[in-house]
Amino acid sequence: MIRNDVAITPELVKEHGLKPDEYDRFVKLIGREPTLTELGIVSAMWNEHCSYKSSRIHLRGLPTKASWVIQGPGENAGVIDIGDGLACIFKMESHNHPSFIEPYQGAATGVGGILRDVFTMGARPIASLNFLRFGEPDHPKTPHLVSGVVAGIGGYGNSFGVPTVGGSVGFDKRYNGNILVNAMAVGLARTDEIFYAKATGVGNPIVYLGSKTGRDGIHGATMASAEFDDASEEKRPTVQVGDPFAEKLLLEACLELMKSGAVIAIQDMGAAGLTSSAVEMGAKGNLGVELDLDKVPCREEGMTAYEMMLSESQERMLMVLKPGMEKEAETIFHKWGLDFAVIGKTTDTLRFVIKHQGEVKADLPIKELGDEAPVYDRPWVESPKQPVIEPSSVKAPMSEAEALLKLVGSPDQCSKRWVWEQYDHLILGNTVQTPGGDAAIVRIEDGPKGLALTTDVTPRYCEADPLEGGKQAVAEAWRNITAVGGLPLALTDNLNFASPERPESMGQFVGCLKGIGEACRALDFPVVSGNVSLYNETNGQGILPTPAIGGVGLIDDVTVNASIAFKNEGEAIILIGATQGWLGQSIYLRDVCGREEGAPPPVDLAAEKRNGDFIRQLVRSGQVKTVHDCSDGGLALALAEMAMAGNVGAEITAVPEGMPLHAFLFGEDQARYLIAIDEDAAADILYEAGAVGIPAVTLGVTGGDSLILPGQQAISVKQLKTAHESWLPDYMAGKA
Amino acid sequence: MRSAVIVFPGSNREGDVVRALKQAGSDVQKVWHAEHELPKGTDLVVLPGGFSYGDYLRCGAIAGRAAVMDAVRAHAARGGLVLGICNGFQILCESGLLPGILMRNANLKFICHRQFLKVERNDTAFTKAYVQDQAIDVCVAHGEGNYTADVETLKRLEGEGLVAFRYCDAHGHVTADANRNGSMNSIAGIYSDNLNVLGMMPHPENLIEDLVGGTDGRGLFESLVSSFPRAA
Repeated sequence: MIRNDVAITPELVKEHGLKPDEYDRFVKLIGREPTLTELGIVSAMWNEHCSYKSSRIHLRGLPTKASWVIQGPGENAGVIDIGDGLACIFKMESHNHPSFIEPYQGAATGVGGILRDVFTMGARPIASLNFLRFGEPDHPKTPHLVSGVVAGIGGYGNSFGVPTVGGSVGFDKRYNGNILVNAMAVGLARTDEIFYAKATGVGNPIVYLGSKTGRDGIHGATMASAEFDDASEEKRPTVQVGDPFAEKLLLEACLELMKSGAVIAIQDMGAAGLTSSAVEMGAKGNLGVELDLDKVPCREEGMTAYEMMLSESQERMLMVLKPGMEKEAETIFHKWGLDFAVIGKTTDTLRFVIKHQGEVKADLPIKELGDEAPVYDRPWVESPKQPVIEPSSVKAPMSEAEALLKLVGSPDQCSKRWVWEQYDHLILGNTVQTPGGDAAIVRIEDGPKGLALTTDVTPRYCEADPLEGGKQAVAEAWRNITAVGGLPLALTDNLNFASPERPESMGQFVGCLKGIGEACRALDFPVVSGNVSLYNETNGQGILPTPAIGGVGLIDDVTVNASIAFKNEGEAIILIGATQGWLGQSIYLRDVCGREEGAPPPVDLAAEKRNGDFIRQLVRSGQVKTVHDCSDGGLALALAEMAMAGNVGAEITAVPEGMPLHAFLFGEDQARYLIAIDEDAAADILYEAGAVGIPAVTLGVTGGDSLILPGQQAISVKQLKTAHESWLPDYMAGKA
Repeated sequence: MRSAVIVFPGSNREGDVVRALKQAGSDVQKVWHAEHELPKGTDLVVLPGGFSYGDYLRCGAIAGRAAVMDAVRAHAARGGLVLGICNGFQILCESGLLPGILMRNANLKFICHRQFLKVERNDTAFTKAYVQDQAIDVCVAHGEGNYTADVETLKRLEGEGLVAFRYCDAHGHVTADANRNGSMNSIAGIYSDNLNVLGMMPHPENLIEDLVGGTDGRGLFESLVSSFPRAA
């Protein structure tokens, strides 16, 4: 009989983040009062972060299959077939709460965790991206958080040796008390050498690999499943410390071991550490697991079973090995200077048994720890519809040229060079398109194929209309991949929302997911992995609903691609897609007029597909080298970015019909792309577009050293660049 | 030519330099840091970029004392060629093969960007494919690239023509703006007394193809291979 030294009081249950009815459910499941270790284990397995208890029923509505999908959600990362016997393995994950408390280590371990998810499956990471949201620039904490998070992402990825090729950085007061740090990793493996968590065979050795276990990060996953308050700083000890050097060694050792054929199953120790990884391996394989904690390599003395089971020390792996291969595996790990210990075995009992110092500390039904986690259909209310803002009702407070200059140098639209220059984006020598364009392009090995990668979402759209916002997030990722010539294949989603226990934020979650699902189906762009991060709020103030989309696309010939830079003088600038001058929820309305209101632009998925397919074919056939999608800031901002990237000006002569100039230039109508092309070829493209019913219009011509908007004072490219490049460095130096 | 690329725990640009060497026509072998000897017939030893031993101590300090470094020092003493890039340069300084030290960048941040270098002399085994004073377009990626040495050493390096590359602008002008890590005299790379050891912070190995930014880095590897006319 299992001995229980600690009385389990309602306070103790509460401290473990379990609701009374959840605890009762657990007691009923095991038929007795749990030990403290068991309480710890169930709190780790049943928290929101690990169990997806509030999100699960809604996630089921997402499309996850396609002929090229090898592995959808449910494993460490998603896997897609990219031909030539190769698979692309990728996932995005949040580290929001730890990064707010300790920005450098929080962000660093976020990167470490996601890299581990990818190489656990046998892939060598080839690129990393991120999606970051900070509080308003004026908030006293913001500069410190920006500085720490960026240094942490760089510090980990640079040392590990993966290029950080893309991302998104933005500011909003709604993230003042709860920043977002989402990291995405992308790796490559052979399709016949992919490794999974599912254990097989009874009596096979379970092996612990990597760094030693310490007391860091105990209950990290529980922290990630609670809202913040003013005492959140006190949670600093739950943040782990990253060791990218150990991770690099772990990568090399794991890949070497996988090649040896010794590995049956592998799972990294991420959230909820040893508990979650061991349960996952056993439960997936319909096997029991028995662990002897006396064998676990520990960094500190006197660690209890409770602490070992809940530690979130980084850079650790759990494997099931083929019996008899232990010696070979040990040799490889010792070569890389890493710990290796057989700490248990698989059993046929379907029990999760933990022994420590001669005593059984836990004896739980393994399947039920995962399968019987509570599932909630939380009450939710639909977000109220916002009124459509008529373009004619918005007065322009300044000239269009002045507005553009203001926007290019605004916190959200300015150049993020200060950020991405702290990331090694060139290592491995395959970065074909560096940060700053629509999507990053990374060559696959020696080519000719490449991957197009991007992270996107427009949170203000998601709040104003979760359904359209969810659609738009997927459409924009799809569009960014398309704009560089990629065929969008699949995505990973990082669903950052406020408390699911408030019907309004649950409604945002439900609405966004519905929109994401619709767009994924319409665009043939399935979800293959993801992460849900709820309870992103502080003192009852929720973040903007932020379902970040990490998109992956394939380029068949990476030498044939498009970028945003104007490349030549005298090229025709053509706009593909229809313009109504949609100002609701636009950057212009917010940052120039000071109004955060209205319905966001509707997303016509059929038009997205039609226009995008047209653009992609133009790029892939080599006809077009210059493409930029229109998003935040509309046409005007896209034109400015193209001019700045290429150091070539442009004159726009087309004047809008039936709408004010500022609505034409700054409206954020969807499904639009700007292209620049030799004037002789322009007529053909306009004709081709017309023939398939795609709106296309010539706006003007490239050339000169200024951007001239219709009827406006010329703005020199130099002036644009100064405004664009200076805001962030000045701000971080305390000058803005 | 036969190249040996040393791999330390934490090296991470070894693959990049292997690719550049092979492209230039060299035979390449990777050598684990715990080896005591270099492969027979090694013409060039390369210490690649990365974060050896996590750079948790002074960058390159532990790698500078690795077993294989005795063999590298012996190779250099025989007049053999040694190239250290980025972390490799730091290791060369820590192992006593080159003078001076790489301090943290002046802005205290890791920086990764394209960077022009002025080729100070084109009469060495490393640079003969370049033109004297040519501005080559390569990249940097480091947190500790701020070259620092005492006055005497600096005077000697300058006086004896041992500065290999300086940070410059696109026109070859050595300016303060172009020297983003704050290196003394804008030094990006230096030679040993006999010009057979080169340490440099920038990465020529990442600029060897038009598709990924340009080919200005090729010259360095082509220079090396052309120093060994026999068939590879």
